[in-house]
Amino acid sequence: MAENMIVTMPIRLEYDYSPGAGRSRFLRGLERGKILGERCHVCHKVYVGGGSGACPRDGVPTEEVVELPDVGTITTFCVVNVPFAGATVEIPYVSASILLDGADIPLMHLIQEVNAEDVRMGMRVRAEWLPEAERIPSMDTIKYFKPAGEPDAPIDEVLKRMRADA
Amino acid sequence: MRDVAVVSFAQAPSRRRVPEQNEVEILMPVVAEAVEKSGVPRDKIGFTCSGSCDYLAGQPFAFVWGLEAIAAWPPIRESHVEMDGAWALYEAWVLLQEGEIDAALVYGFGKSSPGSIRDVLAMQLDPYYYAPMWPDAVSLAALQARALLESTDHTEREMAEVAARSRRDAKANPNAQVTGDFDVDQILSDPYIVSPLRKHDCAPISDGAAAVVIAAGDLARSVSERPAWIRGIDHRVEPHSLGARDLTASVSTAVAAERAGALNDKIDVAELLAPFTHQELILRDSLNLKNGSAINPSGGALAANPVMAAGLIRIGEAAARITSGAADRALAHATSGPCLQQNLVCVLEGE
Repeated sequence: MAENMIVTMPIRLEYDYSPGAGRSRFLRGLERGKILGERCHVCHKVYVGGGSGACPRDGVPTEEVVELPDVGTITTFCVVNVPFAGATVEIPYVSASILLDGADIPLMHLIQEVNAEDVRMGMRVRAEWLPEAERIPSMDTIKYFKPAGEPDAPIDEVLKRMRADA
Repeated sequence: MRDVAVVSFAQAPSRRRVPEQNEVEILMPVVAEAVEKSGVPRDKIGFTCSGSCDYLAGQPFAFVWGLEAIAAWPPIRESHVEMDGAWALYEAWVLLQEGEIDAALVYGFGKSSPGSIRDVLAMQLDPYYYAPMWPDAVSLAALQARALLESTDHTEREMAEVAARSRRDAKANPNAQVTGDFDVDQILSDPYIVSPLRKHDCAPISDGAAAVVIAAGDLARSVSERPAWIRGIDHRVEPHSLGARDLTASVSTAVAAERAGALNDKIDVAELLAPFTHQELILRDSLNLKNGSAINPSGGALAANPVMAAGLIRIGEAAARITSGAADRALAHATSGPCLQQNLVCVLEGE
């Protein structure tokens, strides 16, 4: 039988991504060194992390902007031990869900300046920002989160805050 | 068959590009309007089904995002089709036939502006033979148009007349995007985009969304003065190999129409999803529509084509004409895939 012929066809789609009003507010905040959340006027929950601009619980626009501190609590995390193409961080590293103080939904970010085995639920962490001149409307403006040097938060209470019916 | 009717319809105005809003922000007021207009209490909506395409957004699982627009708390029962919202309506209609629930919310949404829609649609092709060749959607439609012109009596002038009629009728549609009076001779002198298709033969590129609430029997009667009853709905698909199909006729549309009972009686209004002028000619032939049927009084896809909502909009526009009393019996059609590959026909009647 003849050898199989392999033809590689380039398939590439390019997009001009449009974040919309809600996510734009969040990204513009990062550019100015601020983490901006949004409060739902129905359930009063505060969302952060560049969502859709909607309260996923009530389906209404979240237009009340709330400035949040850049300090929060790790609610869950994952230690990455497997290298993959395009990775820019040395393994092992930790990716974590961080519930900022005053927010009701966690955002996800990298944890650095700590050994992976020392990361734990309830650990208090603080954002490490790019220098002011380098800040852009991107999540990359926060380089990572690092230990805040505070005692751990009571994790059960922190997790309860994230429940949709809380 | 259980009586199920369209009781409300809402849509976002179609626009070439909506950079200031993401999909959820476009969808949110549309869903809220459809639910409010329906008069069906939220807790009576037992099912939610959506239609969208992740390739439009360029993100895997982008459709999940749509759920943020619809108030999914307390937890709801929902589903999604990677197709036009018309097929989401079909799924909801089937579920209502089971008799467990009495109402459903259906929506379709999409922004065609972020990517190149001609190329994005190539990802809908079969992945083995056609998608790797990367034929764009307009070129595939042009192959079909060429086959039609060469093997039938249809002409480029008829195609231009479809465009002119659609955009003239669309002047009365506040949600349409391309409207106005076009002179057939003048547009026929425009250059080809892909021969034999000129600019006017192609649907505009649109961002948009639509939502419909359907309800069964007594609930529909209690919330609507004149529900648009779904008397038949059916969809059929043809082989994905273009070479195995007769591109000049829509066999699947004809079969779906027959199964849906469309041909049993007169049709006052037909809303056909024909993103290219020659496709309306093919659909009219396959449906054997007689004079006296108003074709696409909304302007159809040639006036506004928010991909993944445009088929659901055909059902909504047809239903709105039943509910207003302007029509007694209407046909709505939706299509998916290259060259009218898959087709859905829905027959709606007033009482």
